Amino acid sequence: MKIHRVLALVIRHLYLYKRSIPRLMEVFYWPFLDLVIWGFITIYLTKFKGTLPDFIAFLLGALILWDILFRSQQGLSVSFLEDMWARNLLNIFVSPIRPIEYIFALMLVSIVKLLLASIVMVIFAWLFYSFNIFLLGLSLIPMIVNLVIMGWGLGIITMALILRLGQEAEVLAWAVAFLFQPVSAVFYPVSVLPPFLQTIAQFIPASHIFEGMRIIISGGGFPMHDVLWATALNFIYILTALVFFYWNFSIVRRKGLLARIGE
Amino acid sequence: MIEDVNMLTNPIVEISGLTKIFNGLRAVDNISFEMYVGEILGLLGPNGAGKTTTLQMLLALTTPTSGDIKIFGLDLERNREKILKEVNFSSSYVAMPYSLTVMENLMVFARLYNIKNPQARIVGLLKDFEIEEIKDKTVRSLSSGQITRVCLIKALLNEPKILFLDEPTASLDPDIADKTRRLLKKIKKERGISILYTSHNMREMEEMSDRIIFLDKGRIIAMGRPEEVRAQFKGESLEDVFLKIARQL
Repeated sequence: MKIHRVLALVIRHLYLYKRSIPRLMEVFYWPFLDLVIWGFITIYLTKFKGTLPDFIAFLLGALILWDILFRSQQGLSVSFLEDMWARNLLNIFVSPIRPIEYIFALMLVSIVKLLLASIVMVIFAWLFYSFNIFLLGLSLIPMIVNLVIMGWGLGIITMALILRLGQEAEVLAWAVAFLFQPVSAVFYPVSVLPPFLQTIAQFIPASHIFEGMRIIISGGGFPMHDVLWATALNFIYILTALVFFYWNFSIVRRKGLLARIGE
Repeated sequence: MIEDVNMLTNPIVEISGLTKIFNGLRAVDNISFEMYVGEILGLLGPNGAGKTTTLQMLLALTTPTSGDIKIFGLDLERNREKILKEVNFSSSYVAMPYSLTVMENLMVFARLYNIKNPQARIVGLLKDFEIEEIKDKTVRSLSSGQITRVCLIKALLNEPKILFLDEPTASLDPDIADKTRRLLKKIKKERGISILYTSHNMREMEEMSDRIIFLDKGRIIAMGRPEEVRAQFKGESLEDVFLKIARQL
């Protein structure tokens, strides 16, 4: 892997945010709006569910962590779409860049974007609702890492599908993460799901992370079992995503679609 | 046109039995040719003749169904990275990120190709193409002719040994198109780079190309110096030849 090629593409994507208010809104505005709306809903609901402990912490913690997963997925797929919309993919792929370097560059872009979005959410969650996500302590680190990796896995699969199916599949960039949300137990425990969905949820890394988050907030200690499950599943997810991407990339080259993408 | 006949002994690109089939359709049908050091090779033919598919295979964007592509004596599929460092591509149908300035865009590609002293190289090329004043403008604010020239500069950044140009002057006015052709010929002469050139402008092809390859329905139907091809088809000009082939006369 050549770091100069990776950095070239990271810089290319960061340049985009220098003078584009709509793109900056994508980073800051939506996470902020999510937080405000869900925060008020949570406050309202706690009036009726006073017996449920840590309700605000559950929901706002879930919201911030979900946004990390969603942003890391989008960091890849939307950045890929930016190259497609700019009709720039050909310029990139006639250079000596390898597909893995391209993917790695977009991973770094996604880290920058989600760091910025997370900072906004953490600050406003604390200012508006006195919720401090850092109460989760060091447990937060493996949780965030797992959510980011799952987001990357989904992002790589989304990119592969857009490459294969063309611009008409770009809606997947926004939809794929939400396909996993119902079985990720983001805002509710896995136990409320019907049995067959509970089985599926066992194989979703995020469901273990969100279950783990609730254990920590309830004072149940570090959820080692859940974190290990999530890590093992993520290893399989990212590997599968890369294999899927390379398989699609070879088909796209065989069908001559790379030159036509974006048309 | 060819200044040094000896260069014809030194192939830089060797294509043999190249075939591409899309859903049963032979887009490129068993073509073989060589391209030599310092040569401008024109690839022409009617729409659907297989020019773009051939170009895409030479850039490793599309994998051939069968046949061999050797560039610098190396197999393209196995040495993609090594070969693509030394070649570049420009097309009037490819753009650049619109919200980046010309300088930002070119710096990204300079980093991608690991160019030493990129700023000086970019400014030098902007001067050569007479567009130095637009370096801080966003690509969005440029005319299509200016964008084409920025894309050509991108293609020259890594001092390629081979340049693949897909209709590079398609969106340029006659004055700028003429200047661009002169500049490309100057670069070719000074640096001995080889250029594979496609265009629908037959006069341009005649002016630019040392040799031409005429493709029709995926096959090579003529190959040689422009005057040889004209003689083969008893045409007064390449345009005449093109019309005869396109209308199956």
